[in-house]
Amino acid sequence: METLSFEKPAALTSKDFASDMEVKWCPGCGDYSILKQVQTVFPDLGVPKENFVFVSGIGCSARFSYYMDTYGMHSIHGRAAAIASGVKASRPELSVWVVSGDGDSMSIGGNHFIHLMRKNFDINYLMFNNQIYSLTKGQYSPTSEKGKITKTSPYGTIEEPFNPSELALGAKAGFVARTLDRDPKHMQAVLKRAHHHKGTSFVEVYQNCPVFNDGAFFAFSEKETKKEEAIWLEHGKPLIFGNNEDKGIMLDGLTPIIVDLKDPEISVDNLWIHDENDKTKANLIARFFDTTFNDEHFPRPFGVIYADERPTYEDNMAEQIGMVKEKKGRVPLQKILSGDKTWTIV
Amino acid sequence: METIEKQHEKIVAKKEVDHIVVRFSGDSGDGMQLTGMQFTDTAALYGNDLSTFPDYPSEIRAPIGTVAGVSGFQVHFGSTEIFTPGDNYDVLVAMNAAALKVDLPKLKKGGIIITNTQGFDKKNLGLAKYPADVNPLEDGSLANYTVHSIDITKLTKECLVDSGLGTKEMERSKNMFVLGLLFWMFDKPMDHTVKFITEKFSKKPEIAEANIKVLQAGWNYGDNTEIFTTQFKIGPAKLPAGTYRNITGNNAIVVGLLAASEKSGLPLFIGSYPITPATDILHELSKYKANDVKTFQAEDEIAGIASAIGASYSGSLAVTTTSGPGMALKTEALGLATMLEIPLVVIDVQRGGPSTGLPTKTEQSDLLMAMFGRHGESPVPVIAATSPSDCFNTVFEACRIAVEHMTPVIFLSDGYIANGSEPWRFPNEEDLASINTSFMEEPNAPDGEVLPYKRNEFFVRPWIKPGTKGLEHRIGGLEKQDETGNVSYDAANHEKMTRLRAAKIKAIEDFIPPARPDTGYDQGKLLVLGWGSTYGAIKTAVKEMLAEGYSVAHVHLRHINPFPKNLGEILNGYDKVLIPEMNSGQLLQLIRAKYLVPAIGLSKVQGQPYTTTELKEKMLQLLNA
Repeated sequence: METLSFEKPAALTSKDFASDMEVKWCPGCGDYSILKQVQTVFPDLGVPKENFVFVSGIGCSARFSYYMDTYGMHSIHGRAAAIASGVKASRPELSVWVVSGDGDSMSIGGNHFIHLMRKNFDINYLMFNNQIYSLTKGQYSPTSEKGKITKTSPYGTIEEPFNPSELALGAKAGFVARTLDRDPKHMQAVLKRAHHHKGTSFVEVYQNCPVFNDGAFFAFSEKETKKEEAIWLEHGKPLIFGNNEDKGIMLDGLTPIIVDLKDPEISVDNLWIHDENDKTKANLIARFFDTTFNDEHFPRPFGVIYADERPTYEDNMAEQIGMVKEKKGRVPLQKILSGDKTWTIV
Repeated sequence: METIEKQHEKIVAKKEVDHIVVRFSGDSGDGMQLTGMQFTDTAALYGNDLSTFPDYPSEIRAPIGTVAGVSGFQVHFGSTEIFTPGDNYDVLVAMNAAALKVDLPKLKKGGIIITNTQGFDKKNLGLAKYPADVNPLEDGSLANYTVHSIDITKLTKECLVDSGLGTKEMERSKNMFVLGLLFWMFDKPMDHTVKFITEKFSKKPEIAEANIKVLQAGWNYGDNTEIFTTQFKIGPAKLPAGTYRNITGNNAIVVGLLAASEKSGLPLFIGSYPITPATDILHELSKYKANDVKTFQAEDEIAGIASAIGASYSGSLAVTTTSGPGMALKTEALGLATMLEIPLVVIDVQRGGPSTGLPTKTEQSDLLMAMFGRHGESPVPVIAATSPSDCFNTVFEACRIAVEHMTPVIFLSDGYIANGSEPWRFPNEEDLASINTSFMEEPNAPDGEVLPYKRNEFFVRPWIKPGTKGLEHRIGGLEKQDETGNVSYDAANHEKMTRLRAAKIKAIEDFIPPARPDTGYDQGKLLVLGWGSTYGAIKTAVKEMLAEGYSVAHVHLRHINPFPKNLGEILNGYDKVLIPEMNSGQLLQLIRAKYLVPAIGLSKVQGQPYTTTELKEKMLQLLNA
């Protein structure tokens, strides 16, 4: 009996996504880890390699497009979101990824950022946040903490930083997550979630700049402080943190409170259960940043803060085009040329 | 020719004239644009050649009754060929005192004035800033004109007394009275407007009925009252045989883009942000979703062009539309498109500048910005439309150059031709040339390598769509190595790439028609060289001068970068070259710099198009010098 054999396309590996360009970030830069995690998860996403498109703006992060062996465009400062919108609007079948930085997204590209979140194209938006301008060698960024001393703020900055997740939620982002360069597994999980979310997925990646802002996020990544300073969100799981996982967060109305799990009166059942789909609660979690509640300091949340799907821009666009087609039908070119009112001269 | 007819009990003179100019003028809320357009449509449908000039303030509703709020619509129609809306008008409709004040200076001596007397009450005279106790309708200052003062508001209301409409709604129909009266004066049928009203108010039949009633009342007023004793007859124009439609420049752009999309086989994407006077293009294209047109109202001008770059990169025919201030915002992205070498059509409908300038007025002052307004050396083809209907050909040409030469193209129109209209003998679909589109499907190097910047003999690189298997590659704004497109900071490579990008644009000169005189001979005493919307005025002026026996010619440029190959030769055929522009001499600089000819400029920067008189005066001055 003859058997048919199908040649299964060779499975992709992370190497397939490495371009032949020499990677030129500074030694120790957090960007290396992000590149590695992206190249690690991509083979498993089930997308043909030729359908990936990276669009980046300007900054250290923006070089990312050159290092991925996919389609890619290294564009201009702040405009990647708008360019990517054009790519996705015209070719919805492509998997479009924006790589941007805190300056690129929140400063020069702020307008495009908020409107992308609102319009909800199915685009994955990775914002490498190092809280500094690195490519221009060390000026403060819109996410730099107030008082930060940089080359342009020798006496400290006098402005409040953006809280990116709060900004994204305010701009109607349907997927908001935070991860960091020093936790590869967590980042891989978040990247996969971002990919699978239909709609704009905003992923803020805390990324260490060893040259101009070294250690900005060590509180969240290093053993000594991590457990007290960071909280790892999981859908359906209670909010627990602390060196011995002995602290929990409860909600008193809309006020979060930190409770001691060693207190016999407190049970895990009383804790706040993370619900990604709850926007009100997501807004509160996002504010675990610089807001104190009852003067208490809260740990920084990592993971998927909010995820709720709604129709994407490109789907709405296709639906509307389909509807008008059905209702009116394609207008033949000759009819467009002639318009409604003509007269003839013989 | 004049014949006298007895109509009813009234003697009416029928006067045949070749062409006539009517100016509808009133407050922004008086509906003069609509009235003018309806009149125009009917004139066109009954065979007149024509040219229109809507002239309105930038405020949606400037204070009522003031000169700032005057909105005008000028139409020049005739049985002869018409190329301009006319320097002066024969008939002025002035719905209020402010309108008369603004527009009287350009009424021909002996011309006809039709006024609405209620627009000349004390309040309106005051708002128009006439001195106290002066009413131009009563003080004899209009003695050189034929004045018909009619209480249009009252007649309109009387006509609608049984309609059940409120006073305001009734008064809103008064423009239809004027239109009906004008239809009578020019012996035009009203059926087209009746149909228009019926369709426009199909959901409000009582309003439709009221408007039609008032329209008829206006006609009857002309027909019955003794004060109107003359009807003008303007026969159909002897235009080339064919089927015509009336079209504005902005609409012609829309038709041109849709045609280019079809003839290139590329889906059309437009990423734009609303800005006067370009917005109509986005409005109109938004109606063509059934033709797979994707319109994207971006968050700002930059996102408009950026989204178009994304769409072009992905294989669409991508367009962004704007006017001066928006053009300024797009320049960085335009530099990117130049560097990426992707097709993109940037439509700049120019207006008075700098800054917000004169949003609703016309100017040709973005030419040098189009040529050079980018950082670095970034040559871009620049082409300009000459008239409302020419916007079709020119935007089609812009698409062709963009796609076939892999480059952004700047298309210049301006407020004058964007909103102005003229009859257009539209082409047959099958007579339109195809635009050659090809996407790279296989690696283009023998070793299977992908070379995104390997060029053909005209220096054009391949267009590679994302999603094409095996052709994954990166492009970007950083300088790239010749052929591979990899980032390169090599000094010699940068110079090579700079020259290649320039050579690619220059090579387009082999794909565009040579310059030739539009009117006149290829040698003579004086050449008038124009570009863009001055076409009609220059053509009219040169034709008249030729008829008067002068040695003049007219060459009009559609292609400004690159220039037609033979332009230098053409310029050398004349003793003098005059370049009239609605700017301070921008083409003049380009021509002098490139061809070293002592061309003479004529400059007008008033937000208004040239009159033929102005042009003829300058030509005479040069010829007699």
